[in-house]
Amino acid sequence: MDTIKGKAWKFGDDIDTDAIIPARYLNTSDPQELAKHCMEDADVAFAGRVKPGDIIIAGKNFGCGSSREHAPIAIKAAGVACVIAPTFARIFYRNAFNTGLLILESSEAAAAIAEGDEVRIDPASGLIEDLTSGRSFSARPVPEFMRGLLDAGGLMAYWKKRLAE
Amino acid sequence: MAQTITEKILAFHAGLDRVEPGQLIEARVDIALANDVTAPIAIAEFEKLGVETVFDRGRVLLIPDHFTPNKDIKSAEQAKILREFVQKHELENYFEIGRVGIEHVLLPEQGLVVPGDLVVGADSHTCTYGALGAFATGVGSTDLAAAVATGRVWFKVPESIKVVYRGRPGPWVEGKDLILYTIGQLTVDGALYQALEFTGEAIAELPMYGRMSMANMAIEAGAKNGIIAPDETTLDYVRPRARRDYTVFASDPDAAYVRTIEIDVSRIRPQVSFPPLPDKARTVDEAAAAGIAVDQVVIGSCTNGRIEDFRLAAKILKGRKAAPYLRLMIIPGTQEVYRQMVREGLVEIFLDAEALVSPPTCGPCLGGHMGILAAGERAVATTNRNFVGRMGHPESEVYLSNPAVAAASAVLGRIATPEEVVGEEGK
Repeated sequence: MDTIKGKAWKFGDDIDTDAIIPARYLNTSDPQELAKHCMEDADVAFAGRVKPGDIIIAGKNFGCGSSREHAPIAIKAAGVACVIAPTFARIFYRNAFNTGLLILESSEAAAAIAEGDEVRIDPASGLIEDLTSGRSFSARPVPEFMRGLLDAGGLMAYWKKRLAE
Repeated sequence: MAQTITEKILAFHAGLDRVEPGQLIEARVDIALANDVTAPIAIAEFEKLGVETVFDRGRVLLIPDHFTPNKDIKSAEQAKILREFVQKHELENYFEIGRVGIEHVLLPEQGLVVPGDLVVGADSHTCTYGALGAFATGVGSTDLAAAVATGRVWFKVPESIKVVYRGRPGPWVEGKDLILYTIGQLTVDGALYQALEFTGEAIAELPMYGRMSMANMAIEAGAKNGIIAPDETTLDYVRPRARRDYTVFASDPDAAYVRTIEIDVSRIRPQVSFPPLPDKARTVDEAAAAGIAVDQVVIGSCTNGRIEDFRLAAKILKGRKAAPYLRLMIIPGTQEVYRQMVREGLVEIFLDAEALVSPPTCGPCLGGHMGILAAGERAVATTNRNFVGRMGHPESEVYLSNPAVAAASAVLGRIATPEEVVGEEGK
């Protein structure tokens, strides 16, 4: 994956999937439709202002609540290149990998990076650089098994290859 | 070496003698479940795989319960994708409007989930089936699609937290109150990635509907699963319903837990969880003293949509009416619950109370339809989440409670204790 560079958008702790994509929009699974309402109940202006390549910096337990895969789909389709948080809710964590949304765990980066900072990320090494403050952080390494899934091109590509063997 | 019930069920389905927390396993799935919101994405992912059909026509369950009866054209299209997939692959168990209910009330009732099962569902409240002694957990649509195609799923074996409930519950204290209290203690991520095992003498005395309320909300503490080892209460419930053989697992006495929490239930009052998170639990007395006016009361959902929940509400509502301008909604979890409500005269009591009795649906719980809140409105609901905007406008509020507290609040038009309505004569 190429290096990511974008502006930081800060959110608090326990951002739930209803805040990420409210259920009133779940009567479709079209990514572009979902993107229009991304983060709406946490910040109603976000979807209109976020730029491709931007980065969400959130508090602990990001993506708690429902199993809706619409949540990582909406974030990715809104152009967000990466979500950084100290921890992610379990189902959201799996869903992000399965939908190809990059997520990184780092308590230090989540606490230190300020709203609007310019952030550069090397997905391969997990290096997070705050270009505005000049500080850098290392994300917790992605578990080996999940790295394998990513290398295979995602869960379905992994199974497709395995079923063909 | 000793193992927990969660470890034993995972090991059994992975074809291993034993597993340890942190171990990655690939496990065999007994039931793969999705609903009308999550199935369309799962079906699209399934099609990408290019397999001919599902892993087992009897073990894939697609339940149209969220936005049904179809709330708008887009929802109708989603439900149609689900229905056409069921027909194309000739799935053995399908429940159309008129037979369908809220998935996590319907499946145990129909004996489609049994003790010892490994269940994955594209719905976070799939953890409800832990009440039957099954390992059940929510997954996203893509994980579900892989399970539907292959009958297999990968897991990291979770550590287990043991919660021991001692003592006898006081008046109007339900399984719902035990779990709201527990989430208040643990917080919304206190069991993140972990298994929550509920045990102790108060659980042994707890009926199945209360156990299902508890396992249902394990996810609200971030848990991977909630589980209660089967006992005679479980087997009395399962025996007349089970459509398959089942296996009873139990934790070894010396199994390892990452943490043990002891709770004296005799000290717990009915709980009310304040917005915007399920862990903001306070006693009903504290909530009632705050004089919180209520616009809507919802009694139902996968947490509290079983016949016993409505009997409890009826005890409070019999001979009384919902407060002026308050909207009281009764939502039976399944058609069977609805039928039983009619047989027992509960529907008559609810109609006399000027409640709306709705068909089974997830509806208002997730702000889908059938009772959406306007800005500034407040609801007391027996549902499981009170996030910002959960039941409608982002400036509306949801307070979570058991059915008796919800019914009492409907009568008085503000958050109220059951005792305020029926006096101190108890249940």
